[in-house]
Amino acid sequence: MTVPTREEEWAIWMRAAIAGDKAAYRRFLVAVTPSLRSLARRRAARLGLVEGDAEDVVQEVLLAIHLKRHTWDQARPIGPWIATITRNKVIDALRRRGLRVEMPIEDVVESLVAEETSDGLARHDIDRLLGQLREQPRDIVRSVAVDGATIGETAARLKMTEGAVRVALHRALRALAALHRDHGD
Amino acid sequence: MRTSELINALVEDDTAAPRLDVRLGAAVLAGTALAGALFFLLIGFRPDIAHALETVRFPYKFLITLSLAVAATGVVLRLARPGVPAARWGFALFLPLVLLALGVAAELLATSASTWGARLVGSNSMNCVTVIPFLSIGPLACLLLALRQGAPTRPGLAGAVAGLAASGIAATFYASNCTDDSPLFVATWYPIATAMVVVVGYLIGTRALRW
Repeated sequence: MTVPTREEEWAIWMRAAIAGDKAAYRRFLVAVTPSLRSLARRRAARLGLVEGDAEDVVQEVLLAIHLKRHTWDQARPIGPWIATITRNKVIDALRRRGLRVEMPIEDVVESLVAEETSDGLARHDIDRLLGQLREQPRDIVRSVAVDGATIGETAARLKMTEGAVRVALHRALRALAALHRDHGD
Repeated sequence: MRTSELINALVEDDTAAPRLDVRLGAAVLAGTALAGALFFLLIGFRPDIAHALETVRFPYKFLITLSLAVAATGVVLRLARPGVPAARWGFALFLPLVLLALGVAAELLATSASTWGARLVGSNSMNCVTVIPFLSIGPLACLLLALRQGAPTRPGLAGAVAGLAASGIAATFYASNCTDDSPLFVATWYPIATAMVVVVGYLIGTRALRW
């Protein structure tokens, strides 16, 4: 039995994640992040942006991968799917900062091979966009993200039903993606 | 927010992700139902449809319109997924064109040149270019809504192909009412109607299908 390549590993975890395995999903997201980071940092450096900008792009790509994970055809390799989403979001993010970007997909695929493991400090794009949400969705996102609470714990803390928290969290993430897209920088 | 914190939120957001093929299939069904409802309420089959079904030209129209609807739907499903090449299915879009060309060739061979003008112009051209776009509204809206669940790398193109699919559905209904069956008529007026829907699909797509 051969050891799966890294891309195959990602696909295995993502498949499990889509079937509901949270641990596998976390493994996938954590594993994919360094590659996204290395691509974003290379692009940022070449265009004279600060490292914080690159981390914002990483977060935007992760959000897109999450919200559009069902668009991956599980019968196909996951690499091109990740590369295409990454390329789209990086181009969008850089365009919003007023830069014209040429980015052939081959560059992206190549860059996803390199890795940057150090957790970056974002320039707080997401925090700023979070500020544009209403208080309750914002509190829910912060509770889950920063405090690391589960949906159940958050529901108890905010005296809401689990279902309501789940819906609100999902909507908040979609709203963040929409805010990125429409108002960006 | 640190990236590791964002990941916490993404992992915890376990709202089930929609299945794209199911969503698009449902959109096609819903759109067809909408177009059909409008068609049967306001327009209806041509009165001599039983007789028309026995001819060659009349059923042939459906071959063209249905192959367009099916091919375009197949392409749209691919366009909704990032990183999936649509090229091979794109060739499927040539099928309705080929069928149309064959029909035109057969018509030119089988009929005398003095009748070509009348066959091409027909008597329903104004109906054709208004009814087909009108009936496409439902299917196009349903398809665009479903495409918003996807991640089309080229939103305008996806909208345009959705317009093709919507046109195919609308044209199928329209063809069952129209008494101009000549391929010369179909080759002239149906593409004009379809082009209008494609342009609208493209324009809406560039705005509504961004993600």
